[in-house]
Amino acid sequence: MKAVVTVVGKDRTGIIAKVSGLLYEHNINILDIAQTIMQDVFTMITLIDTTNSNIDFSELKAALEGVGAELGVAITLQHEDLFNSMHRI
Amino acid sequence: MLSISPVEIIETLNMIKDEHLDVRTITMGISLLDCVSDDYKKGAKRVYDKVTRLAENLVSTGESIEAEYGIPIVNKRISVTPVSLVSAACGHSLEFARALDKAASATGVNFLGGYSALVAKGYTKADREFIETIPEALATTERLCSSVNVATTKAGINMDAVRHVGEIIKRTAEATADRGGFGCAKLVVFANAVEDNPFMAGAFHGAGEPECVINVGVSGPGVVKCALEKAKGEPFGIVAETIKKTAFKITRMGQMVAEEASRRLGVPFGIVDLSLAPTPARGDSVAHILEEMGLEVCGTHGTTAALALLNDAVKKGGVMASSYVGGLSGAFIPVSEDAGMIAAARSGSLSLEKLEAMTCVCSVGLDMIAVPGSTTAATISGIIADEMAIGMINSKTTAVRVIPAPGKDVGDEVEFGGLLGTAPVMPVHGGSCAEFIARGGRIPAPIHSLKN
Repeated sequence: MKAVVTVVGKDRTGIIAKVSGLLYEHNINILDIAQTIMQDVFTMITLIDTTNSNIDFSELKAALEGVGAELGVAITLQHEDLFNSMHRI
Repeated sequence: MLSISPVEIIETLNMIKDEHLDVRTITMGISLLDCVSDDYKKGAKRVYDKVTRLAENLVSTGESIEAEYGIPIVNKRISVTPVSLVSAACGHSLEFARALDKAASATGVNFLGGYSALVAKGYTKADREFIETIPEALATTERLCSSVNVATTKAGINMDAVRHVGEIIKRTAEATADRGGFGCAKLVVFANAVEDNPFMAGAFHGAGEPECVINVGVSGPGVVKCALEKAKGEPFGIVAETIKKTAFKITRMGQMVAEEASRRLGVPFGIVDLSLAPTPARGDSVAHILEEMGLEVCGTHGTTAALALLNDAVKKGGVMASSYVGGLSGAFIPVSEDAGMIAAARSGSLSLEKLEAMTCVCSVGLDMIAVPGSTTAATISGIIADEMAIGMINSKTTAVRVIPAPGKDVGDEVEFGGLLGTAPVMPVHGGSCAEFIARGGRIPAPIHSLKN
């Protein structure tokens, strides 16, 4: 399954390191990564493939939220199809 | 590669986090026609067993979709075949009410609709007995919802039933007086009731529906309001276009959730109901959309036109986004469930008469309106008759859900809590309609019902 990890918040060191570290730990492949400043807010969007993941989706979600709390940013994990359904015909 | 741009991803996230975008309900419709028995105990047991078997995984499936897609699914609910049909052969409808309430509690859904009767053209003996049980059924159950269809464009208005339900509403309020007449919040009187409506309190699973089906109600008044903020001062063509685009996106999401729920539960997908359903939360109000269009306060001159545009644009945007559209599909205007409506009713700028006009151009009708506890049954029947006439003549669904709040008067408020919100008690007309209601009989179907 493909999913989207979104990080929104104040830019600081270690965001990519922490997020990608967690994903690596659970054998999750990063397919694409984009970061930008949107309305003065740091935004990072990562497309991941959870096919070989060694962790349950809801556990991964909780783990990412934990990393977000540690870094003071909001991290969201959502199935890719949500965005496909809303923005692509 | 990312097929979706970061801007689009953030737009979706903002809709969910800041603008209250959600799927309002996943409702499982269940046919109870095969539960009919001449032994009421057997019938009630069959009903309980069937509902708990089919809806066993409804709540957990809803929750897992919610977690995976990050989209809130506020309610998981059940609608069933009108109980008046199921209990007709054996009576003892209250046994069925209790069995259904127990089944709702066991499956974890917050409401179960279908304690209903369809009497637009006339009563059966069983219908009459059934309707008599509604006050007790609503007072002694927690999650059960009830509705009575008293008019259709094809049949006219059953004025005997209109008179009867006026009394039933009064008795329901009295039976739940300790909770501000809360029972009436679970009772809807319809004209042209639809068979696949996923929204409460008026949901039931029509006799023409399949064995089991998944219907989804989307929402998102907050998203529409925020989209319109960017179209300030623009002409109405742009306003309509903005609403249509937003409705399209909201509905695509609803369609996806409906398909996913249907697949996971192994139950056919029925319809997506394109409705803007407000909640009392700030930023989730239909009234505020109307005000965003340039009205100082909801209820002032221009309100009906604004609502007509909104209702139509939501349908036009949504219909292309879903394979099957149904239910009520339109903007809801429940007074107690909408922060903007509450404020407008409180300040006196939104009256019952204006709400009635608004129901001509939007979904459903006079919804979640508290009136003084001293309002007579005949006056309530008069309010219902007016609303049924609008539905009958305009070939649309209309409904009345009023609460004659015991011991309360204009200026007081009734607190229902949660999604049902707060209802300021609104004044009703002082002139009596008792003689009109006492006539009874049936108002004939209009000429344009003769289409064959």
